[in-house]
Order: sequence, then C-alpha cells, then structure tokens
Amino acid sequence: MAQFMSFTKTVLKNLISKPATTSYPEVPKEYPQRTRGHVEISIEDCILCGLCMRSCPPGAIHVDREAKKWSIARFDCIQCGYCVEKCPKKCLSIVPGYTKPDSSKHTETIKKEEALPK
Amino acid sequence: MANRSVVPFGPQHPVLPEPIHLDLVMEDETVIEAVPSIGYVHRGLESLVKKKDFNEMVYVTERICGICSFMHGMGYCSAVEKIMNVEVPRRADYLRTIWSEMSRLHSHLLWLGLLADAFGFEALFMQSWRLREKILDMFEISTGGRVIFSVNKIGGVLKDMPKDMLKSFVAILNDMEKELSETTSVFLNEYTVRSRLEGVGIITKEDAIRRGAVGPMMRASGIEVDMRKTGYAAYSDLDFEVITSDKCDSLARCQVRIGELFQSIAIIRQAVDKIPEGEISVPVKGNPDGECFMRLEQPRGEAFYYVRANGTKFLDRMRVRTPTFANIPAMLQTLQGAQFADVPLLILTIDPCISCTER
Amino acid sequence: MEDIGNNVIKIEQVELLPVIMEKKNDDWRLAQICCAFRDGHYEVSYSFAKGYELTNYRLIVGKDETVASISRVYKSAILYENEMRELFGLGVEHIKVDYHDKLYRIDAETPFMEKEGE
Repeated sequence: MAQFMSFTKTVLKNLISKPATTSYPEVPKEYPQRTRGHVEISIEDCILCGLCMRSCPPGAIHVDREAKKWSIARFDCIQCGYCVEKCPKKCLSIVPGYTKPDSSKHTETIKKEEALPK
Repeated sequence: MANRSVVPFGPQHPVLPEPIHLDLVMEDETVIEAVPSIGYVHRGLESLVKKKDFNEMVYVTERICGICSFMHGMGYCSAVEKIMNVEVPRRADYLRTIWSEMSRLHSHLLWLGLLADAFGFEALFMQSWRLREKILDMFEISTGGRVIFSVNKIGGVLKDMPKDMLKSFVAILNDMEKELSETTSVFLNEYTVRSRLEGVGIITKEDAIRRGAVGPMMRASGIEVDMRKTGYAAYSDLDFEVITSDKCDSLARCQVRIGELFQSIAIIRQAVDKIPEGEISVPVKGNPDGECFMRLEQPRGEAFYYVRANGTKFLDRMRVRTPTFANIPAMLQTLQGAQFADVPLLILTIDPCISCTER
Repeated sequence: MEDIGNNVIKIEQVELLPVIMEKKNDDWRLAQICCAFRDGHYEVSYSFAKGYELTNYRLIVGKDETVASISRVYKSAILYENEMRELFGLGVEHIKVDYHDKLYRIDAETPFMEKEGE
C-alpha cells in the first residue's frame, strides 16, 4: 500500500498540529546571540589605526585620523566580520539586529571626542 | 520532416528559480537539441583576485553561491593552506566537516523541495523546506548567518561550537531523522512521483564518464566516486560508504541524494563523538607562493579549486570549477529526445546552481 | 613531457592530442580545463580524473598563438574551451560546437585579461 496514500499520514498530522511558521511581525523574531546583524564600535577604545578600513572587503569603513572620525556605510557592509577579527584593540563587534531598510544609502559617522593617546 | 522551432527556456522561468538559459530546438513536442548560454548572472568573481588580497578573497569565494557557500570558502582556504604548508588544527578540521555535512543536508532538502515543486506536489515541497528551516536555524546559532557563514579563514575557523551546542544539534537531527524518513518515503514510493521520475533522463555509466558528470549524477550511474573518500578535513577518521545506484534514471538520482541525507546525519553524529579539544586556528604569516589543485565533494558534486600565487598578497589566478558546470554536458544529453513537459524536471535532476556556474 | 611538481606535467603543443587520446582510451574523465594568464603567456591546465586519481597537464601558449581543440575527443571540453576563449581571448581551433562568443552573453570582451593602461 506504500505506493498509494503515502502522504496521508503527513497531511493528517499537519491538520492537528500547530503551524511551523510564526506570525511575524506581530511576534518579533528572536535572533541567536551569534547573529551577524551589524557592526558596532566602542569608540573610546578605538585608536583610529585604520586597519579595519584597509581590510574591509567591500570598502564600507572609512577612518579619518585628522578629523578623528570613524564612519561606516551600512548598506555597503556585508557583515563578514573581517574588521572585527583584524581590530588590534578589539573595539569592534558584530551584534544582532539588521540595518533597517531605507530609501537612500547613508553613512553613519562616529566622532572620537578625546585626544589621541600619545 | 516536421517543422523545427526554437523555444527559449529561461533565464526567467516559472518552474525554476535558477536563471538557466537554454534555447531548445523542438520538433513538435520533442527536444532535438538544447543550446546553453550562460552569463545572465556572471559577476566575474574570479577576476577579483587582482583587487582583493588573498585573505579578503575568502569572503568573496563564499559569495559565489548561496547554498554551498561554506564549502566554497573551505575549498579556497584549504587550497591556500596547502600552498603555504599550514597545518590546520584537528578541531578546526572536525568543525569544518560538521558544517560541510550540515550544508549537504540543507542543499539536498532544498533540492527535494524544488523537485516536488517541479512536478507540482506543492505540499511535499513545503514539507521538505520545513525540515530545511531547522538546519538554517542551526547554522544561525553556530555561525551567525543563515546563508553566508563567514567562519572560514586561512589557518582554521573563526568560531567554535561548544559541547552543549553540538549535543543540541545532534538531538535536533535525531528528531529530524524520523520526520525525514516519512517525507522521503513519499518520494521513493508514491505512485504519482515515481511515474514522473522512473526511466526519465537516463545516463549510462559510459556516458557519465565521457560527459564528465560529477557527484550524485555520476553515482546514480553506478560510478563509485565520492571526493570525501580522499580524506580531506576530518573525513579520513570517519566511517561511511559511498552511496551509488545503477538505475541511471532520475529516480536513481533522487535515491542517491536521499541516501546521502541520512548518511550526513550519521557523519555528523560520528564527528560530534570524535571531535578533539584544542585550538581552532593557527596564525598564518607571509604570502602564498606556488600553485595548488584542490578537490572537494560539494552537495552537487566534485568542486575543483585552482589557486596560483606569486608571493605577493594578490593571487595570480583563482579558478573554481563548480559541479554544475561539469554536469551541464550530461544534462544536455538527457534533454535530447526528451518531451517538452519533462524539460524542467530533467534540468532539476542535476541540481543546477547557475550562480555557481557563472561565478 | 616534464614533471614540474604539484602533480603537474608540462607538455608541448604537439604532445597534446596523443596525451588526450591516451587518457581517453584509458577511460579517464575530463575534470576541468583552466586557463591563466601570467608573464605574457597563457597557461592552460588540463585535469583528468579516474577514480580518486588526478593528473594535470600544463600547456604554455604564447599570447598570439592558438591551441588545438580537444572537443572532438572529450565532448565536455566544449564548454571549457568556449569559456577560455570568451573570458581570456585564447584562440582555440576547431571547437566542435562553437558558440561564437555567445556562451557568456556579456558586454565586455575578454574580461579576465588585463587591459593596457589599466
């Protein structure tokens, strides 16, 4: 009998079980801890060495030593985590939470306030 | 002689999500010849070696394809490691093996779903993809990405899987095995499915060799070749049999892939039992110099990596011969003389990945 | 014929067809053909596999020279040879099915060759 009605069991099971999907966006998605969503910087620890800028495969990060600015083009970033691995001060981290959709590409700039360590 | 007409098939076609482009020369309902043309999604990733250094190329190679992304990264890294004589820690080898087998599960389940979709069995398609979702979740938990994992680096891997995580994965896979046998039995036994697959698209053993077919396509024609048996990564420590079939038709290819699903689960179980403690990467200094050929068994078949380095941080040449590229000649043969209604199904049985093919 | 290490055997143009025929009669399968351009000449690698064995043959071709097609012996070479010609501009003579630059339907001509002045 395996030749016929072999799918019936699955159909009946599905009829009485809960759906496999969730009702997003009413129920928000919970991301695991390791999800690579976006790059964050703790600017206090940054020494503006520019290693992240030189190693970024799509060239999304820009470091301006003179103006003490660290900026990232969120829509160019591919969340590969290479900058996080390269950072000598470990001040970069990649955390859950994807970049929100937008109608235009923009760059996020973070300014380092205090003086550079001598 | 009946009138001949040329029917363009793809790059956009309702049955196939893959942008394959064929021109079918038809005589009534029968295909006389199929002419492939690729380039619709050609990105020239191989030529990026001139602009990205060999470390950044890891992230580029991963993006060749969305299904075997882990294995592309791994193949490229292994090739560069071989050139630089880097010994990867054993734990990293095991982690790579586990992720590779998870990729295989995810790819074969995707393929089963697409196959069901191609012969119009929507409910079966959803069942396969429901199971696949669990694998994607496991990937997200362990690597942080569902499609692009970015865990490979030259000299090892970037992320470790702790003991609890590995155990929970095995538990998920154990549960999945039961559901999997229910779903796959529909593919193998159901009359309606068999009538679409049995005896369709036959490739004999001789043809498979002559046309250079690889992977499940080759194994379904009775050739016992599986690159995992060459013992890269941790495969040399693990026990498994090469799954073959001598029926040579579409059903045989389906059977081989279903067999490999259960085999992958068994391999992951073994690897989790045997995984040693220790480092997951070694520091790599200097630039590669030399050349290397590397072969891996991807879900779709044997993938071929060629890396040519010249001692600077930019490589001379990086070439990936993906399994689909090798399978196209065999696919063209199955299409000759086929009925028009069978064309999508025959294209699907090679598990085409056009993004891989065109790079 | 000369073994140049790394499992590669260097051959001359005249040796190509005899080598290919030998492989064919011994039931080897064509694993791939790869073209590379370095130091002003093409390097064409033919890889053959039988079971788990792998052998590579290397042919050095000058920039303006052409290479004989092996597509009449191995049908699957058609794709590789068309690809070589379209991406690198390497002349391949008498391909069994000649796609006339239509295998890759892209705008750029020989995109993998470095253009002068770049």
